[in-house]
Amino acid sequence: MLLEVRGLGKAFGGLHAVRDVDFDVPEGCVTAIIGPNGAGKSTLFNLMAGFYRPTAGTVIFDGKDITGMQPHQTVRAGIARTFQTTHLFEGASVLDNVRAACVVRSSSNALDAVLHTPRHRRDERRSLDTSMSELEFVGVAHLRDEIASTLPQEAQKRISIAQALATEPRLLLLDEPAAGTNDEETEAFGALIREIVARGVTVCLVEHKMSMVMNLADQIVVLDHGQRIAVGSPDDIRSNPLVIEAYLGADADTTGATT
Amino acid sequence: MTTLLRPRLLGVILIAIAFLVAPMLVSGQPYLLRIVTTAAIYAIAAYGLNIILGLTGQLSLAHGAFFGVGAYIVGLATTDHDWSFWTAFVVAILATTILGYASGLIALRTQGAYFAIFTMALGFLIYIIIIRWETVTHAHSGVSGIKLPESIGPLDFSDPVVLYYLVLLFLAGAAYSTHAILHSNAGRSLVAIRTSEDLAKSIGVNVGVSKQLAYTASAGLAGLAGGLFATLNGFIGADSAAIDLTFQFLLFLLIGGMGTVMGPVVGSVLVAFLFEMLQDLESYRFIVLGPIIVLLVIFAPRGIVGYLNEFLSSHRSRRASPPPGRGPDGRGPDGHSGSGTGQDNALDRPHAASGAAATSEGGL
Amino acid sequence: MTLFIQQLINGLALGGIYCLAAIGLTLVFGVLGFPNLAHGALFMVGGYVTYTLLVDVGLPYVVAIVCAALILAVIGVVFERLIFHPLRNAPHTHHMIATVGVMFFLISLVQEIWGSGFLRMESPFDGRLTVAGAQISSQRIIIIITAMVVLIALTLFLKRSVHGQAIEAIEQDRTGAALVGINANVVSMMTFAVSFALVAISAGLVAPIQLLSPGMGESLSLIVFAIIILGGLGSLPGAIIGGFFIAMAEVMASTYISVGAGQAAVFIVLMAVLAIKPTGLFGTVVQR
Repeated sequence: MLLEVRGLGKAFGGLHAVRDVDFDVPEGCVTAIIGPNGAGKSTLFNLMAGFYRPTAGTVIFDGKDITGMQPHQTVRAGIARTFQTTHLFEGASVLDNVRAACVVRSSSNALDAVLHTPRHRRDERRSLDTSMSELEFVGVAHLRDEIASTLPQEAQKRISIAQALATEPRLLLLDEPAAGTNDEETEAFGALIREIVARGVTVCLVEHKMSMVMNLADQIVVLDHGQRIAVGSPDDIRSNPLVIEAYLGADADTTGATT
Repeated sequence: MTTLLRPRLLGVILIAIAFLVAPMLVSGQPYLLRIVTTAAIYAIAAYGLNIILGLTGQLSLAHGAFFGVGAYIVGLATTDHDWSFWTAFVVAILATTILGYASGLIALRTQGAYFAIFTMALGFLIYIIIIRWETVTHAHSGVSGIKLPESIGPLDFSDPVVLYYLVLLFLAGAAYSTHAILHSNAGRSLVAIRTSEDLAKSIGVNVGVSKQLAYTASAGLAGLAGGLFATLNGFIGADSAAIDLTFQFLLFLLIGGMGTVMGPVVGSVLVAFLFEMLQDLESYRFIVLGPIIVLLVIFAPRGIVGYLNEFLSSHRSRRASPPPGRGPDGRGPDGHSGSGTGQDNALDRPHAASGAAATSEGGL
Repeated sequence: MTLFIQQLINGLALGGIYCLAAIGLTLVFGVLGFPNLAHGALFMVGGYVTYTLLVDVGLPYVVAIVCAALILAVIGVVFERLIFHPLRNAPHTHHMIATVGVMFFLISLVQEIWGSGFLRMESPFDGRLTVAGAQISSQRIIIIITAMVVLIALTLFLKRSVHGQAIEAIEQDRTGAALVGINANVVSMMTFAVSFALVAISAGLVAPIQLLSPGMGESLSLIVFAIIILGGLGSLPGAIIGGFFIAMAEVMASTYISVGAGQAAVFIVLMAVLAIKPTGLFGTVVQR
């Protein structure tokens, strides 16, 4: 298992946003986390990526305990994430946005830069190569000199995926990659995610668009009120009475904002 | 591609030449040379503030105090304790760097407004220590008779022109380091923090360590500038550690352009001449400068260099909007070999744009 | 024991001053989200304006303070319109830098108008009372009473009036307040007006027991920052409790240890709180 989540919990004050969640993310697969609004999906993501410190439980990544690690440590360990509301360095060019993400795989420091050491030059070359190839991979290489924040939402989403990939992750956490896109674009994102998996990067995503989830996911984890209520293949989940109840109870097709 | 870059390069070369020939231009007017030297020293301190405020986006209000600590160490060590200037100077730089590091350990636990308030308190604390600890610092009577740097070989620093070139050397070093860091992974980490701490974390930037390094380096630069100031002036008082000084550095950055490579030096020199013109107003010059700070921050927060950069970038992107499908191969070997100046330009081009653009969203 | 009671009263009086100044600062932080670094300078301006109204114009003390508060309130509205409203979409660093500019302007302006020397303002209440054997100056009693009255009036304003409720609503939840249709412009102007009026009152109250000087704002500035950080930025109860706590610590440390210790106590509290719990004792800001 690439990622093992055991008894994970997070309480804000007395409120349990996530409680006693167990699941595994098998390598080379797409795992989807679904659930009604406020089910704790985003909190769970933040816990996995080290943005929140869990109040209970453990997260094991590739056999290593990463519970309570800082985000920069989890990124270094090989977990990358995107944000639900697309988050880019406003005002910076597309290339720079992705290039900034190469920092984590570089060994040169400020002194190298000032002294212009071979290590610095090698890192600069490598970061340029990596960013360009990731931009090509997600299909926005032609936009590299544009100012990222002026581009359409769909391009920005692709850039943020390139940015995450530039950190050379083994596990990619996508927070609603298809939010706010039309059907055609959703289809395209689905294809992109398959390509990412084909490259050997395991994908874990939070998504509201059921068609996308059912198409893509090898495994689905269902959360409700911060707790895992089901886990299994898309077919299992479709027929699971608990899931149907949770979704019907909380309004069958919720596509708004999450926690 | 490189021809479009020329205005920027040309600007830097012109500024460098202006500084190199300045002593000839003002020869026979030691007073003017002193003003230029002082402006250059302030510019070094402004480069310090630029690292933490301009690049990293954290408003530190302790920089005047770090400057003062550097000045006082050189001042007291070369007078009361009869050290050589060079020893005192090195100690001053190390001490302010260590002070920056130590205070950063606490200050950087805080963010935003808290960080600004903490550093402001730290600045006041240092200032109060200087005016209260009379037995060591001479409090209000100040320190006089500070040594000039001892000559090194044929370089006799009692000649103001030689001293000027010494200061210029450090200024060039500060400017070059800013340029190098801005165009490196380290610099991109800092700019990432300035733009969005969460996003910086998500791409694996160690926010704590990056900020700590930036703050430490910026304190060290302020201390270095303070040491040079003490030796140039020969006399220092508590006002060389006052928070007013921090605000002056802030003004230099605002006018020149926060987060830019040439901003600090452009701002310092312009303000130095502005101060000269407002000389009749003496201590009341802030009646004019206060509103100028406010107007700048409202209407022109990018500063002169920031706007020039932006102008050049927009000019460039209009003329050279990228043809579709031009991948890394399209860049040719230039972009990849990355040694030598011409090729560096090709590499640096997008960052120069980001420098301008990052300021354009006002993310400082 | 007599000394203790005397210092207790002194501490309460100083605490009243600090509270009024700190509430003004914390209100602006709570509603607008940035610290007004010029707050100390406004305290100074409030003091000088009161002085002029009292000495040069010849108004009675209480009227002078009320007028000074009104004048500062108008200045607050003007500043909000001219400076902070245009900056509303800029990052907070820019607001802070703007307040720095304001601070410099005000300090230089005061030096230009009133000179850089010290001015003495006589208290109209120069009698002394004896409480449990301790000699208490009437001015201090006046300070304590006025501070209480103003605090109660402020609480009523915040709880009862539409504008006051809006200020509180925005302090607690900015986006929520916007959703229920509170006019942010009006609230923002009200906040500056109330904040500047409070700082003027505190300066007018303290002026008779301290001297006026262009530097009087700087030392106060640091103390009120210590208070609102101790109490939690944006927290009103925090500012009140913090104000009395810091005042007591300062008075008691200078009485029983040394004057220097009194000054140091403020710094130690400020640094310690920032280092250990930056959100303050009553902080509502969520930090991860």
